[in-house]
Amino acid sequence: MNLITDLQNSAPEAALAIIGLAAVLIGAIVGEGSRLLIRTIAVAALAGAAVLAAQQYGSGRLEAFGALYVATPFVAFAKIGLYALAAISLLVSGKSLKEAAVDRYEYPLLILFAALGGGVMLSANSLMTLYLGVETLSLPSYVLAAFRRDHVRSAEAGLKYFVLGALASGLLLYGCSLVYGFTGSASYDVIAEADLSIGLTFGMVLIIIGLAFKASAAPLHVWTPDVYAGAPTPVVTFFATAPKLAAVAVFANVMFSAFNGHETDWSPIIAIIAALSMIIGSLGALTQSSLKRLLAYSSIANVGFALIGLAAGVEVGASAILVYMAIYVVGTLGLFVGLLTIRKDGEPLDTIDDLNGLAKAKPLVAFGMTVLIFSVAGIPPAAGFWGKLAVFQAGLEADLLWLVLVGVVASVISLGYYLRVVWAMMVKPSDSTLDRSDWVEVAAVVGASVAVFPVLTITIQSLLDAAASATLG
Amino acid sequence: MISQEAIALIIVFAPAIAAAIAGLGQRVLGDRGAMAVTTAVVVTAALLAAYQFLAHVFGDHEGGAHGHTVVIANWLSVGNFIADWAVRIDTLSVVMMFVVTSVSALVHIYSISYMEHDPHRARFFAYLSLFTFAMLMLVTADNFIQMFFGWEGVGLASYLLIGFWYKKPSANSAAIKAFVVNRVGDFGFALGIMAIVLVVQAPAEMLDGAGAVSAAYLQQLGVAEFSSLRFETAFAVIEQNALVQPVGFSGALPIQDVALDFLGLHVDALELIGVLLFIGAMGKSAQFILHTWLPDAMEGPTPVSALIHAATMVTAGVFLVCRASYLYEHTVFAANMITIIGAITCFFAATVGLAQNDIKRVVAYSTCSQLGYMFFAAGIGAYQAAMFHLFTHAFFKALLFLSAGAVIHGLHDEQDMRKMGGLRRKMPIAWAMMLIGTLALTGVGIPAVEGLHIGFAGFFSKDAIIESAYASPDQFGPMAFWLGVGAALLTSFYSWRLMIMTFHGPTRAKQEYYDHAHDAPWIMTIPLALLAVGAVFAGGVFYDAFVEHYQAEFWGDAIYTASENHVLHDRHYVPTWVLIAPAAAWITGLVLAIIFYGLLPRIPPAIGESGGPLHSFLSRKWYFDEIYNFVFVRGAALLGDLFWKVGDKTLIDGGGPNAAAAISKATGSGVSRLHTGYLFHYALVILLTVVAFGAVVIWSMVS
Repeated sequence: MNLITDLQNSAPEAALAIIGLAAVLIGAIVGEGSRLLIRTIAVAALAGAAVLAAQQYGSGRLEAFGALYVATPFVAFAKIGLYALAAISLLVSGKSLKEAAVDRYEYPLLILFAALGGGVMLSANSLMTLYLGVETLSLPSYVLAAFRRDHVRSAEAGLKYFVLGALASGLLLYGCSLVYGFTGSASYDVIAEADLSIGLTFGMVLIIIGLAFKASAAPLHVWTPDVYAGAPTPVVTFFATAPKLAAVAVFANVMFSAFNGHETDWSPIIAIIAALSMIIGSLGALTQSSLKRLLAYSSIANVGFALIGLAAGVEVGASAILVYMAIYVVGTLGLFVGLLTIRKDGEPLDTIDDLNGLAKAKPLVAFGMTVLIFSVAGIPPAAGFWGKLAVFQAGLEADLLWLVLVGVVASVISLGYYLRVVWAMMVKPSDSTLDRSDWVEVAAVVGASVAVFPVLTITIQSLLDAAASATLG
Repeated sequence: MISQEAIALIIVFAPAIAAAIAGLGQRVLGDRGAMAVTTAVVVTAALLAAYQFLAHVFGDHEGGAHGHTVVIANWLSVGNFIADWAVRIDTLSVVMMFVVTSVSALVHIYSISYMEHDPHRARFFAYLSLFTFAMLMLVTADNFIQMFFGWEGVGLASYLLIGFWYKKPSANSAAIKAFVVNRVGDFGFALGIMAIVLVVQAPAEMLDGAGAVSAAYLQQLGVAEFSSLRFETAFAVIEQNALVQPVGFSGALPIQDVALDFLGLHVDALELIGVLLFIGAMGKSAQFILHTWLPDAMEGPTPVSALIHAATMVTAGVFLVCRASYLYEHTVFAANMITIIGAITCFFAATVGLAQNDIKRVVAYSTCSQLGYMFFAAGIGAYQAAMFHLFTHAFFKALLFLSAGAVIHGLHDEQDMRKMGGLRRKMPIAWAMMLIGTLALTGVGIPAVEGLHIGFAGFFSKDAIIESAYASPDQFGPMAFWLGVGAALLTSFYSWRLMIMTFHGPTRAKQEYYDHAHDAPWIMTIPLALLAVGAVFAGGVFYDAFVEHYQAEFWGDAIYTASENHVLHDRHYVPTWVLIAPAAAWITGLVLAIIFYGLLPRIPPAIGESGGPLHSFLSRKWYFDEIYNFVFVRGAALLGDLFWKVGDKTLIDGGGPNAAAAISKATGSGVSRLHTGYLFHYALVILLTVVAFGAVVIWSMVS
């Protein structure tokens, strides 16, 4: 293997890294004047990476750098989503960044490098590559959370995220070293062949905890509400979509490839995590008045639903995870952009009451958000329903009836807060006047809502097929 | 020349299309557009129906003698449970189509002026057309299910129209009352249909291997397809006393011998079906016990009262009984029940009519009473006479209602007859029309003279019924006869009372109302005039066809009379005093009315004020509403309260959804409280998780 082949096989990440570094140089030389240029470069690079990932999706298993890096259709599927979502969340946040006075040239670069980290950890085939990717994703994320650094809550969010993230990284690294110690290798392929031992098992548990933290699954979700509430909304839009998708996919990838032989050992733990996430997410959201906190809890619950697919095991669960997450992040992206559009005197608004009368003030946004909420809540015929159906089916096939029942109950409870939001938008009268919305944002909300219904509903079979073929490789 | 079938289809479906256009497109069309569309369409339908009817009466009777069916679409087809959307064309349906569309068309025209100032005219006309369509579906059904569809459709339209002025609480409660009371009857009807399906099943030995009915059995019945829901099949089975094997029976036996267990009783299946269907008819036709909704239904606009609650919908029960003549000819108990209920209603409603002061309520009770005549005629087997009275009654009762509407319209919406009087000078046309209607209703004519057939419409039809009742060999025939004659006297009394109180004597109206009282505009007068023509001539002209010489050819197989049933023939041989009795009755009634209301007008109010028991008994309508209120309404309310407050709110909601919601909310706030915001708490949670999960794995490895 020579370098050229390696770079070809890892084309999306290689391209992102090179362009990202070049953009850093441009920014350093030109300064703030290059904001728009760098943002354009970053969006283009991310979009290009998504296209390259799509090519990987069609090429089966690709190895690079001595099998430290592997691209399978499964990870390629996740990467398409990751890069596309990163690009879109960058694209739509221009106006909000300006309003929040954080429109600096570092912002697109941080997003770009975070996405690169996501891609690396997805393609990891060794615990070291995994850790490298996780950290590459995490470090820009901490900075992004604190990006509005003169703002107390943003700074607090960044600090909390950093401290807890460091703790979780430590646990992950500790787990990696235990596994390495007991199997003699960091390579997934070797670990998968290793005999079960107490050291390996305990290391696996620590890795699970580290990854669950990244995916913000309960009870490792503790950072999520505070960070979502404190970080600037454009940043949360990114957090809640691209890295979320990547984290869940990595979680699945590690369990399915490195620890596939020990499924009976990790499956119950994942099931517990899934159940706790669904319950805590649904119940926690019930009493929130802040929309961002509400969506934070909602995302915890939704990760729980996706993890049903993980607990169900590779044969039946893998494609369900991909389908569920793909549909979920599209809906979430739309919802957060919806939040971005609601501003008064340049300040983003956040409580549920701020949405009162939105149907009158911004009918298009309100209608789009209603469709998105229905999808995220899993109400047919919106696409979210099919995602939920897929994971529930996977759970049933794996004889996890109790987990599916918890999921059904959590779904019912979750309607309590989802419909409260719809009620506020559609029924309650408004008493304030809102700023004009940016057309890009409105287009994104409407586009996302059209995507979850009817587009994805109609094409759900092709999505299911694509996810199924992605997991066969 | 378009075919007979095409004409029938246009008649039935044109009103549906008009209703849809006016109802859905009222914003586009506007009030005038909606009125124009519906009126034009229904008038067209009426003209076609008139052509169809007259061709049938005066042309050859072949078309009606052998009724045929135009199938439009299959509706249900599950084994032998087959029902189509169909238009059945036979004498019964042709007569009904004519009655329904002609009265409906006149009411449409009348309403253009009557509803002139109503802001929701478009809705009103859409409902009227919807009603017309549903009624036509009912009368042209070839099976019980489509009939039930029409039955419920007219119920719906009636509900919507009674409650048309929905801002009036009394109109709303009247609409609900009509709907609920009808539900009782409809439940009986539905049970009757179910009983038919239960009983009319081909015997096992007549089924081939695949469960299909054998050709031999079909041939025996003379039908192309076996469907217990179709009139054709069910009536053929009953007429031939064919072998059937009801659901749950192990062997086949003739249908007239089938007995069922119902409510713990072992009853003859045909009697049971007959009684259940008649309960349906009682509800729709406001017969004794289920009559209470009809007077209240007068809360609706007067044209509605004329169309639905006098001329057409309320006669649906009579139509049902006549349609099911094949059944009732083979029942004793059910037929007797019809006779008894009909006779009682006819007399009872007439007594109540004596003491009502609301002009529309008097006419409403009169309707109720006349429906009683029709029922007991059907009960004793004179279905033709029942249909004949239905036919003539439609004209003169619609005339009476619309005339009453003209009076109300011209007198500032006053309905209380005690505040009328002396209006003849102000409203000569309304007076003339009301007079014609009254003469027709009371049955004025020259009886007992051979070859001299002169009289108003009601004379021919009512006297035919009364004579038949006398001639009937039935056990309850004499009772029906005497109650019928008595009711004729009462009818005459309250009708002339209405005439005198409204149009004669000194006025009791407010002076300014009286001064402004005026006759209705010409557009309301035209329908009145046309109906008056019907009220005068409908009896004499169609007498021969409906109940005399040509009746057998005219009705064909639409109405079945058993071979031992000669009642229509036997009525020619009744003593002369029987022929004179109805005339004596109406003359007596007229004289009494003139004495009490014309000559001694101070006596009736004095009786009313003295509050004697008989007067209050009558004016309170035999206390039916009070009794029903006490037993059913309050009972149901108490029961409902129990289920609602204790059962639902406390037990089900309290233990189920509300408790779950409260628990969720409490846990939710607990979960958020756990979220302290302190970093070290979070770190602790993470580390505790590590310990817990580690313990789980190690424990599972050890065990």
